[in-house]
Amino acid sequence: MIKVTGLTYIYQQGMPFEKKAVDNVSFEIPTGDFLAIIGHTGSGKSTLIQHFNALLKPTQGKIEIDGIDVTDPKTNLMEIRKNVGLVFQYPEHQLFEETVYKDIAFGPKNMELSDSEIEKRVKSSALAVGLSEELLQKSPFELSGGQKRRAAIAGVLSMSPKVMILDEPTAGLDPKGRDEILGELSTLHKQNPDMTILFVSHSMEDVAKLAEHVLVMDHGRIAMHGTTSEVFAKSGELKKIGLDVPQITELTHRLIKDGIDIRPDIYTVKFASEIYKNLIKEAENV
Amino acid sequence: MFKDITIGQYVDGNSVIHRMDARVKILLSILYIILLFVIDSIALYAVFGVFTAFLVIISRVPFKYIIKGLKPMLYILIFTAVINLFVTGGETVLWQSSLWKGLKITKEGLTIAVQMVLRLVFLVIGTSLLTLTTTPIMLTDGIEKLLKPLDAVKVPSHEIAMMMTIAIRFIPTLSEETEKIIKAQKARGADFESGNIIKRTKAMVPILVPLFISAFKRADDLAIAMDSRCYNSGKKRTRMKQMKMTWIDAAASGVMIAFSVFVIIIQRF
Ligand SMILES: Nc1ncnc2c1ncn2[C@@H]1O[C@H](COP(=O)(O)OP(=O)(O)O)[C@@H](O)[C@H]1O
Ligand SMILES: [Mg+2]
Repeated sequence: MIKVTGLTYIYQQGMPFEKKAVDNVSFEIPTGDFLAIIGHTGSGKSTLIQHFNALLKPTQGKIEIDGIDVTDPKTNLMEIRKNVGLVFQYPEHQLFEETVYKDIAFGPKNMELSDSEIEKRVKSSALAVGLSEELLQKSPFELSGGQKRRAAIAGVLSMSPKVMILDEPTAGLDPKGRDEILGELSTLHKQNPDMTILFVSHSMEDVAKLAEHVLVMDHGRIAMHGTTSEVFAKSGELKKIGLDVPQITELTHRLIKDGIDIRPDIYTVKFASEIYKNLIKEAENV
Repeated sequence: MFKDITIGQYVDGNSVIHRMDARVKILLSILYIILLFVIDSIALYAVFGVFTAFLVIISRVPFKYIIKGLKPMLYILIFTAVINLFVTGGETVLWQSSLWKGLKITKEGLTIAVQMVLRLVFLVIGTSLLTLTTTPIMLTDGIEKLLKPLDAVKVPSHEIAMMMTIAIRFIPTLSEETEKIIKAQKARGADFESGNIIKRTKAMVPILVPLFISAFKRADDLAIAMDSRCYNSGKKRTRMKQMKMTWIDAAASGVMIAFSVFVIIIQRF
């Protein structure tokens, strides 16, 4: 379980341009959760997630992961980074090795694992992100945009973290590349029920498809935190802070406004189509 | 670390120094630096210090920025001081190691060490003051104008100024990028802080390769963007902001020249 208590982070504290990016937030994430973090640009999402693997030290507050305080300077950094994998936005910009294989092996190598263990991990994480084996011996710079992104994600996955965090993993990809990554994340979650996955996203459709819980940030604070259906049911509040809801939820809420009696917590097309079919049937029977 | 570099950082303001013409400011800064290397008595350094403090005060640049500019220099300063302190030979021995006779501090060494450190400190303060009170654009425009007469001997003054503008423009971008790459590699367990010099140098590869790739990519994009907007360094470019000298520049030049004459006279006698 991840427990965040009173976390505050101020950039350039004491300087004329100081900026409180995260403002006294507290919440808990159960083990195995699939959590989406949403919020408009500059709301502090990227700042928040960099605290989970101690890349940023909080100005105030703390984070405990499975009882270990990762914000304590005495905690071993390597241990934290083994347990908490963080994939930055546009992670393909960090690729540097001669071959994709070596790049994915960078993390496990830093962990000083045996060669056979490294090989096992590189292969399994490449497989998990859908990179075929013959790509492993290519230069990462020969890959397509989507493949590069997936190689970079594999580079973090190969450390077998207990918590996997991704900052806007689909940003800047074409629809196909996006669907592939989302599909792989979903599979990853199903195959590793103990792995906690956090992802930052701007696409409400992606959040609706994947997330079990949603954390909404606004100006460094937590505006909402609940199950995906709970959060999307409050489309009015989301709009007030400049966010959208999935289109199907938008449609449903407009129908409710027009006096049609449907539940407000609809956010996937699949579920909606069932409800709407029943509604039509009822209407025909009257 | 990169955030501490104040060269190329502009602090908005409306002081007399901010309002000076960039060309005049550059020329007076050069005069300031020359003066710094002319003087060599501790008393004159004290006078110089008072004068520099006066400049900082009227510029109304927060003192913090000046200190920040000196911070990355700390090791160079210590290094300079130590080297000069022990290497300079001299007559009056102030201290001598009992273990090794060669290791000693002389009065001359001490004087030179103090002088070198003060020179570097004033050099950094003086140049920071120039860049802190002049926008990079004004600065490069000023340099371009000053180099213009050299066009006759085929010095590409406009191109030099353009290169400088671009370089200054990209310092914050690249430092942000570097920071991000360092973080991303740290997240993968990279360790930049421990080990011997060979190990640490090797640890730079995962930072430098992505950094160079992105820098080249940016350069390429910028070139295409400039090309597609028909940029050429042709002769007839005009400026949005024309530079104009005012009475402030006349007054500043007067003060600076008077100070220089004063310093040189004292230095002579
Ligand atoms: N390195 C930094 N230095 C100063 N301010 C920063 C830095 N990174 C982010 N900020 C500021 O902190 C706030 C939160 O940024 P960020 O966490 O990146 O938001 P998000 O990821 O939600 O877009 C923004 O106002 C941003 O300008
Ligand atoms: Mg962000």
